[in-house]
Amino acid sequence: MRGRIVRVSGPLVVADGMREVRLFDVVNVGPKALIGEVIELRGDKASIEVYENTDGLRVGDSVETLNMPLFVELGPGLMSNVFDGIGRSLLSIYEHSGDRIGTGLDTIRLDHKKLWHFTPTVEVGANVAEGDILGTVQETSAMLHRILVPVGVEGVVETIEEGDFNIDQPIAVIKTSNGKEKVCMHTKWPVRVPRPKVAKLSIDEPLITGQRIIDTLFPIARGGVAAVPGPFGSGKTVVQHQLAKWSAAEVVVYIGCGERGNEMTDVLREFPELVDPKTGKGLMERTILVANTSDMPVAAREASIYTGITIAEYYRDMGYNVVIMADSTSRWAEALREMSGRLEEMPGEEGYPAYLGSRLAGFYERAGKVQTLGSEPRVGSVTAVGAISPQGGDLSEPVSQATLRIVKVFWGLSASLAHKRHFPAIDWLISYSGYNGKMDNFYKTNVSYEFPKYKSYIMRMLQEEAELNEVVQLVGFDVLSDKDKITLDIAQVIREDYLQQNAFDEVDTYSSIEKQNKMLRVLYTYATLASQAVENGISYEKIIDIGSRAKIARMKYTLETELDELDSLESAVKADFAILENKEGI
Amino acid sequence: MITEYKNIKEVVGPIMLVSNVAGAGYNEIVEIKQADGNIRYGKVLEIRGNDAVVQLFESAQELKIATSKVRFLGKPMQVGVSKEMLGRVFDGMGRVKDGDADIIPDKYLDINGSPINPVARDYPNQFIQTGISSIDGLNTLVRGQKLPIFSMNGLPHTELVAQIVRQAKVLGDNEQFAVVFVAMGITHEQADYFLKDFSSNGAIERTVCVLNLASEPSIERISAPHVGLSIAEYLAYECDMQVLVVLTDMTNYAEALREVSSARKEIPARRGYPGYLYTDFAGIYERAGRIAGKKGSITQIPILTMPDDDKTHPVPDLTGYITEGQIMLARDLYKKGIMPPIDVLSSLSRLKDKGIGEGKTAEFHSSLANQLFACYARGKEAKDLAMILGENAISPADKIYASFAENFEQEFISQGERENRSIFDTFDIGWRLLKIFPRGELKRLKSKYIDEYLKGE
Repeated sequence: MRGRIVRVSGPLVVADGMREVRLFDVVNVGPKALIGEVIELRGDKASIEVYENTDGLRVGDSVETLNMPLFVELGPGLMSNVFDGIGRSLLSIYEHSGDRIGTGLDTIRLDHKKLWHFTPTVEVGANVAEGDILGTVQETSAMLHRILVPVGVEGVVETIEEGDFNIDQPIAVIKTSNGKEKVCMHTKWPVRVPRPKVAKLSIDEPLITGQRIIDTLFPIARGGVAAVPGPFGSGKTVVQHQLAKWSAAEVVVYIGCGERGNEMTDVLREFPELVDPKTGKGLMERTILVANTSDMPVAAREASIYTGITIAEYYRDMGYNVVIMADSTSRWAEALREMSGRLEEMPGEEGYPAYLGSRLAGFYERAGKVQTLGSEPRVGSVTAVGAISPQGGDLSEPVSQATLRIVKVFWGLSASLAHKRHFPAIDWLISYSGYNGKMDNFYKTNVSYEFPKYKSYIMRMLQEEAELNEVVQLVGFDVLSDKDKITLDIAQVIREDYLQQNAFDEVDTYSSIEKQNKMLRVLYTYATLASQAVENGISYEKIIDIGSRAKIARMKYTLETELDELDSLESAVKADFAILENKEGI
Repeated sequence: MITEYKNIKEVVGPIMLVSNVAGAGYNEIVEIKQADGNIRYGKVLEIRGNDAVVQLFESAQELKIATSKVRFLGKPMQVGVSKEMLGRVFDGMGRVKDGDADIIPDKYLDINGSPINPVARDYPNQFIQTGISSIDGLNTLVRGQKLPIFSMNGLPHTELVAQIVRQAKVLGDNEQFAVVFVAMGITHEQADYFLKDFSSNGAIERTVCVLNLASEPSIERISAPHVGLSIAEYLAYECDMQVLVVLTDMTNYAEALREVSSARKEIPARRGYPGYLYTDFAGIYERAGRIAGKKGSITQIPILTMPDDDKTHPVPDLTGYITEGQIMLARDLYKKGIMPPIDVLSSLSRLKDKGIGEGKTAEFHSSLANQLFACYARGKEAKDLAMILGENAISPADKIYASFAENFEQEFISQGERENRSIFDTFDIGWRLLKIFPRGELKRLKSKYIDEYLKGE
C-alpha cells in the first residue's frame, strides 16, 4: 500500500492514502526509503516520525508501509557492537559508507553472514517451552549467549545439532501442536513492547559498583532504578562511565542519547583496553552501545532508549544481570517535546507534552529483577540508571521532577563540589537511596556485620559537619570547642580520604566492597579514638598531629591485592593513640 | 527544469509563504529575484500541501511581493570552497566581501554538513599550548576540542581570543595551521580589532573570515557559522590542515534563531527560545573533532556573552551541555586588574586528562593541577571567611590558604596580553606557589612529586 506525502516539517511527515496502516508501523518514506514510524492517524492521513534527515523530501513522494512495528534484531553479534537509535549497526555503516552517516542506507542490523559455533544443551526428544535454553554460543570471551526457545513456542525437539551457523540458519526444529517450528539464532522484537517474564521479584541485593560513595552511602539494588541529575560540568558522564566500567553485571548497555560524539568515541577507544576486575576479560566484551549523538537525527533519539532497554531485556531473559545507562534522558525528553510541538499538541509544563511523566515511567518500569520464562526458573535483572541534564541545574524542571517520582535512588551532583574538584560530586546532603534499609541484611551477611553501622556513622558526621559549618561561618573556627573541631576534622577525613575517588587513577578508580569495608574500619577507628581522646582532655592540635593520619589520606591508593595493609594501618592508628594517651598521662 | 513562481503570499519578518508550488523539497534553497534583478536567498522550512514556508537568509527590506519571482533550486544550501579562501573575507552566505575577485571553488559543500559516525571519530588527545597559564595548566585545550569562552558584557574576551589565536601551537609540531573566524552580529570595532591583530602578526594569511556585523540584518547570522564550518571541514579533512574555528558571538546567533521561531509562531521553550535550540547548537558544535585516518582537525572556540552574567541562561546552559568544558571569565577578577580574568574554578576542560601527562606535558600535570585547584578553592573560601570574621579570627591554616589564593591570582592567573608562557614556565609558577604549604596539606600530590619538586623549603 502506498501513501503520498502532503506535508514535511523537519522530522515530521504527513502522508495521505494511509487508511490501511497501523499505528506504530514502520514506513519507508520518499525515494531514498527513509525509515519512519507512524505516530498518529487521522482519517486517511498518517503523521510519521522520520528517523533520518528529511532534506529534499517533496509533497507527492511516496510512503510505503512495511506492515510491522519498529523492532530490533536480537541474537549473537549484539555484544561489543554499536547501534544507532533504531538498532542499525554503526560499525557496519562505517564499513559500508565511511565517516559520515548518510540517509536511506540499507538497514544493517546484525551480521547475517557471520558463523557462530552453536552447542546444544538439550537433546532430541526433549520437551521444551518458551524461554527454555536450547543451546549456547560463545559470543565474546566474556559472554556465553544462550539461545532460547522463542516466545509462544512449545513442543518436542525434533532435530538439534552442534555446528557453525549464521543467525538465519535453523539450529533446531521443534514440533508444536500447530506443526513444525524452525528455530534460528535471532529473533525480532518490537522495541516499544516489554519482553515477557513470569514475575517481577522483590529487590534484595545491591549492585556493587566499586564507587565508594555509591556502595557505602547510596547503594543501588540489582533491578533498581537510579537518576543522576546535575548541571553541566558536574561529572554526570564520568559517573555513568564509572558505573559502566565497574558495575558487577554481566552485561552493560550504554545509551548515548543526544550527547557528545567524542564521549561515544571515548568508550569505544577506552573500554577494550580496560579489564573487568572480576572476569579478567576486556570491558568491551560485555558492553553494547546505543549511540544517537547530538548531531544525529533528533527523532531517532526518542527511539534510542527503547532500543537499548529491549536489548537489555533480551540478555536478562537469558538469566544475566544487566545494567543500562541512559545519558541523558533530558535529551530524550527534548526530542519528545520537539515532535509534540510539530504535531501541534497542547503543551504541558515548559513546552513538554503532558504525557512526559507516563512515558518516563513506562521506560523505568521495564527495569527490575525478574523470574524469566522457561520451565527451569532463572533470575535475571535490569538495573537502569538515567542521567538528567536539568537546565541551569535547576531540579524543579519537569524532566527531573517526573523522574524523581519514579526512581528510588537519587545521586544529586553539585556544582560547588565539582568546582572544588571533589569527585564524584555526589552531594551527600541531598542524595538518597530508597534501598538502604533493604540492603543492610545483605551487607551484614556478605561483607561485615559492622558495615551498616559505619555507614550510619559517617552519614551522621557529615550531617553534623554541615550544621557546624553554619556556626563557623558566623563565629569562626577558633571559638569552637575541641570536640566540635574534631567532628569537623573527622568529617574532612571522610570527605577527602573516603568519599573522594579519582576516576582517572589506576588504583583509586575501583574499590572492592572488601576494600571499602576495611577503609571504613580504619576511619571508624580513627574517629572513635579521636573523639575519645578529646573527651579525655587531649587537645585538638595534638590529635590531628598523629603520624598515621597522613597514611589515612593515602589509604585509597592501597592495591586490591594488598588489603592487609589496611589492617596494619588500623593497628597503627590504635598504637598512635595509645602512645599519645600515655604521653598525656591518661 | 526549474519553474519560477510568482505567488508569494506573505512576508512576515524573516518568513515568507509561497503558494501553489509543485514539488518543493524540504530544506532546499530558494532564490528570490526582484524585478530589478536583485537576488536573495532563503530555504524551505516546511511544506504543507501546495504551500511552502520559506525562511529568508537575508533582509526582507524593499522586497515587493507582487513582482518578485521565486525559484526552488532543488538542492540544499551550499558553499563553494577552495584553499584560496585563506586570507579572504566573506559574508554570512559565503560570498566574497572584501571587494577582490571571486574565488574559483574546488568543490561545493552542503553548509549543514552531515553527522559524523561516532565510530569514525578519533579521540582528541593532543595538547595545544596556548601560552596562557590558566588554560594550559588547569583547563587544557586539546586539538579537536570545542571549548567555549563564557564571557560577560564588557569583559575582554576579544583580547583573550586574539591572544589564543596568536600563540596556539602544538608542541614539537610544524603542521599547517589555519583559522576560520566567524563573526555573528559583533560590532565593527570588535571585528576590526581581530582583523588588525591577525594582520599585525601575519595570521591573516592563514585566516578565513566570515563576517556578519551588528549593522547587518540579524537573520543573516544563521547561515554564517554553518558556512564557516563547511570551509573548516574542507581545510581540515581535504587539505590536512589543523583548523581553529572562532565563533563569536553565539548569543547573537541564538537570538536570530529565536526571531525566526517566533515569526513561525512555534511554541517556545525557555525564555522564548525554540525547543530545538539544543539540537541546533549541536549541529554547530559537534562539527569539531578529529576523524580517524585524517590528518587535519577542527578545534572550536565559540564565544558567548551571558545575558545579565547569568550562567543558567539557555544560551550558555545548552552550550555547556554540548561543548567539552568552558572557559569562564569573571567580572571581579577583571575589576581587580587580573588579565586574562579567567575564573579557573568554574572553568573546565573535559578533555584535559586525555591531552596531558607523560610524553605530552609532564607526568605530574594532573596531580599538580588538582592540587592547585583544591588549594585555590579552599583559599577563596578562607578569604570569604576572613571578610566576615576579620583576618585574625581564621585558623592559621586558613591564613596560609588565603595568602596562596592571593598569590595565585596575581602570579599564576594574571599574565600580560603579550606574554607567551610555555607549559614548563606554567608548571614552575605552580610549584613555586605551592611551597607555601606544609607537606601534610598537599594531599593530591604523590610523595615522590613533593620530594622532587618541593624540596628544600
